Amino acid sequence: MSTTDLPASIDDTVARLVGHDYVPSRELATTVFLALRLQRPLFLEGEPGTGKTEIARTLAAMLGRPLIRLQCYEGLDLAGAAYEWNYARQMLEIRLAEAGGASRQALATELFSERFLIRRALLQAIDPQQPVAPVLLIDELDRADEPFEAFLLEVLSDFQITIPEFGTVKAAEPPIVVLTSNRTREIHDAVKRRCLYHWVDSPDLQRELAILAHRVPGAPRALSQEIVAFIQRLRQLDLYKLPGVAETIEWTRALLALDAMVLDPEVISHTLGVLLKYQDDIAKVQGSEAARLLNEVRDTVRGLGPA
Amino acid sequence: MLRAPEVDSLPGRLADNVLHFARVLRHAGLPVGTDRVQLALAALHHGGLESRRDFRATLAACFVDRGEHRELFDQAFYIFWKDPDLEGRMRALLLPQVKTHEKAANAPPENRRLAGALFPHMPPHAAPEPPREQVEVQAAFTFSDREILRQKDFETLSSEEWREAKAMLLRLRPFFEPLATRRTEPAPHGRPDWRASLAAMGRHGGELWEMRRRRPRARPAPLVVLADISGSMSSYSRMLLHFVHALSHADLRVHSFVFGTRLTPISRALRQRDPDIAVASVARAVQDWSGGTRLAQSLHLFNRHWARRVLGGRATVLLITDGLEHGDTTQLAFEAERLAKSCRQLVWLNPLLRFDGFEPRAAGVRALLPHVHRFLPAHNIASLEQLARVLAGAGERGNSPFH
Repeated sequence: MSTTDLPASIDDTVARLVGHDYVPSRELATTVFLALRLQRPLFLEGEPGTGKTEIARTLAAMLGRPLIRLQCYEGLDLAGAAYEWNYARQMLEIRLAEAGGASRQALATELFSERFLIRRALLQAIDPQQPVAPVLLIDELDRADEPFEAFLLEVLSDFQITIPEFGTVKAAEPPIVVLTSNRTREIHDAVKRRCLYHWVDSPDLQRELAILAHRVPGAPRALSQEIVAFIQRLRQLDLYKLPGVAETIEWTRALLALDAMVLDPEVISHTLGVLLKYQDDIAKVQGSEAARLLNEVRDTVRGLGPA
Repeated sequence: MLRAPEVDSLPGRLADNVLHFARVLRHAGLPVGTDRVQLALAALHHGGLESRRDFRATLAACFVDRGEHRELFDQAFYIFWKDPDLEGRMRALLLPQVKTHEKAANAPPENRRLAGALFPHMPPHAAPEPPREQVEVQAAFTFSDREILRQKDFETLSSEEWREAKAMLLRLRPFFEPLATRRTEPAPHGRPDWRASLAAMGRHGGELWEMRRRRPRARPAPLVVLADISGSMSSYSRMLLHFVHALSHADLRVHSFVFGTRLTPISRALRQRDPDIAVASVARAVQDWSGGTRLAQSLHLFNRHWARRVLGGRATVLLITDGLEHGDTTQLAFEAERLAKSCRQLVWLNPLLRFDGFEPRAAGVRALLPHVHRFLPAHNIASLEQLARVLAGAGERGNSPFH
């Protein structure tokens, strides 16, 4: 069995994701495993910075497949997402036809043939000529508008795209599709219905420690424990935007760059901008509050056992 | 593609039980279709039978499709797939007053909707209290933050009011300012549309040169309605609900919330086409009719849990309240500022200000005023028609007496 085969079981999925430095929850691993097995798109929702995009990257690396990424934005349309006609070449073709005196009928069909087609992310992903089906990441779907979702329905359920002038392009082997949403708006039920859904939560203390150990291998264990305990404590506060795992990793790197061996209130206050992105939140945590939280956190860390 | 597996290839009566479980979820309000059941059965063929946790994750992946349903699912799963003492639990569900602390500690709290779905033939959770003599106190112009939970019945809409509601939408058009989207539509002037031009040209063998053009399409700004339904606003509640219902069916993107002492999203309930059924279902969903106001608290909840999902930076927020806030107004000012910063414009409609020589003296009003972009002191609004006139007028003028 080669290493790029689909995982054989849920345990296998966990092991191989961890092998690629992604530490999933058991629930996420189950959903990923099923999505691969059932050839269903995977729909991941959750707060920013919880590792939704990362899972697609990891899957691509794990299965040895190319990653095709489609970043959504408002007004994303067919020309940006699926295909566009090469207008300059078409114009040239028309001029040539005028000179050569080709028939109108022939020109009309020729103008919209495959060689004038520019393939964008979605069409690339379902191209039947590619050797192996890629991982298609449709990132931050909530940023696109509703009409785009409607267009996705055909891609997600039948893995095909219909081009009016050309015909239907259908994938030889369905790509592995991962959709993510930060939930700035609700995605339509029709899209969700075609997918397997998973809400990506913030990890618990043990898993966050494991993630940190994989992602920032150079961090001393004592520091990691304090960092994770501090962030877990922050997540219990009434903040406007809670720090995600991405912030944990960034903060650890920042602290390492500052050669901090332990947390102290001063260093926390100075680097709080890495963790919290709203002024109201920063004002709430800065200063004496940080010191108080840190004291609480020290007790937790002592409970974790010796470093 | 996916075929439903043979039912008897799953161990025991598992397939039947998954089916029953899906039915329970459906009755509890999760949108679980037949296709989802098929998907779950197919999924169980591949894995998820090794441990209870995997089994739960498998069913969750297939049956849940939005974040807020997770808790309901977990509770349903807990009851349906574990408890051998179903009968005892059933009794516990029906007799809420004998709940002990030990039980609360080791079991997730059961949801009443779920109880109804699991045991449909049981009498409802709490028998309605017999009507008691009550001294009605007119609460207009007064306020409190006491939480009084009560339900409400509204009169149905008369046909005249129905016509009024429809006419209102026409008048309101200027209020919803069109915002340019990044999508385009064919137009006589604008950016060149190469695809359409070349298609047209190709059809004519390249002889005819006619440039087709497109321009950005405009859509009305999405609207978020936050309506106060506390005691001091009670005489307006019915009219407001019908107003919001009419708005929700006018090809606009409208999210609506009501608040008194708690914040209730009502967009889903208002999706019903019939205004009377819609308003009745809102009346059932909302538990704090005509109680106290916790304006700052409600705004805080909205900012925290909903703002990012429904505002998206472009929405107009219509805040309908009298602004009478009890106690400390620093938090109110803070939340109002936060709200104003996360939407395109914040319009405050105050139906209780009846005097032309109005001075913002109440502390709550003073805390709110600096942060709203438009302030509409609507005098004596009693009907949809008057409300529409005030709003539409504001859209045309684009200013307010105070700014």
